[in-house]
Amino acid sequence: MPRGPDVRRPDASKIGKQYPPYHYEVSREKVREYAKAVDDDNPLYRDRDAARKAGFRDIVAPPTFAVVYSVSAIRKAIFDPELGIDMSRLLHGGQQFHWYEPVCVGDTISTSLRVGEIYDKRTLTFVTFETHSLNDRDQDVVRANWTWIIRGD
Amino acid sequence: MKPGDDIEELRVTPDRYLPFRYAGASGDFNPIHLDPEFARSVGLPRSILHGLYCAGLLARATVNAGGGDPRRLKRLGLQFRAMAFPEQEIVIRGAVKESGPDHALIELEAEQDGRSLVGGAEAELR
Repeated sequence: MPRGPDVRRPDASKIGKQYPPYHYEVSREKVREYAKAVDDDNPLYRDRDAARKAGFRDIVAPPTFAVVYSVSAIRKAIFDPELGIDMSRLLHGGQQFHWYEPVCVGDTISTSLRVGEIYDKRTLTFVTFETHSLNDRDQDVVRANWTWIIRGD
Repeated sequence: MKPGDDIEELRVTPDRYLPFRYAGASGDFNPIHLDPEFARSVGLPRSILHGLYCAGLLARATVNAGGGDPRRLKRLGLQFRAMAFPEQEIVIRGAVKESGPDHALIELEAEQDGRSLVGGAEAELR
């Protein structure tokens, strides 16, 4: 079905657009809250003594806590009028995470985002974001690929 | 861990209010996860679970398969294939595809009510 002229579609010329980093301070209560929300009772995510005994500086964040420190960077791009993503048509199509240094309470994580791809497939538009997060010791923490699907009809 | 081994199955039934706790914890307040009326207005049957909540379950199952140390989780990749809903059981299963002294590749599945929620889901352990 052809797309009408009034259906906003993402601007393919914005491939490669880079956004400056967002900084996120990791706190004990937020890590505990996140672990509870995913129902994960691993003591490393809530007990400082257990985490230290296992060799961590402090309580460690579950790997998918990456969504928490990345969300501001993601939101900035998703709501960027230049990019033209229609939130009412947006679905999460896919996800990839590569994890490096673990994230612990007390770390500050900086996440920058780059628009990776924008392409159409039938009535769908695919938009991918590449995020790169580092800690305050300049070590890689996570590289992630977020695939969004914008329904065209 | 040997190729062909199954990892321990994870069964979770997200309650009615889980999407609100997950939204609060993650910062993702997209109303398709929280507001059934809004979800229906954009063509969904009802409000749906956050995809990354399901990815979090896959990560948890994999970390547990690796003995509970999150440092061992190197990579997780997946496509979202079907919507997931609160108040229905989600079953996470995985099988070891490859393994060596310092790595393992696990193929993962997430199912809810006979629907396959993810495709091409795999995780790498160090």
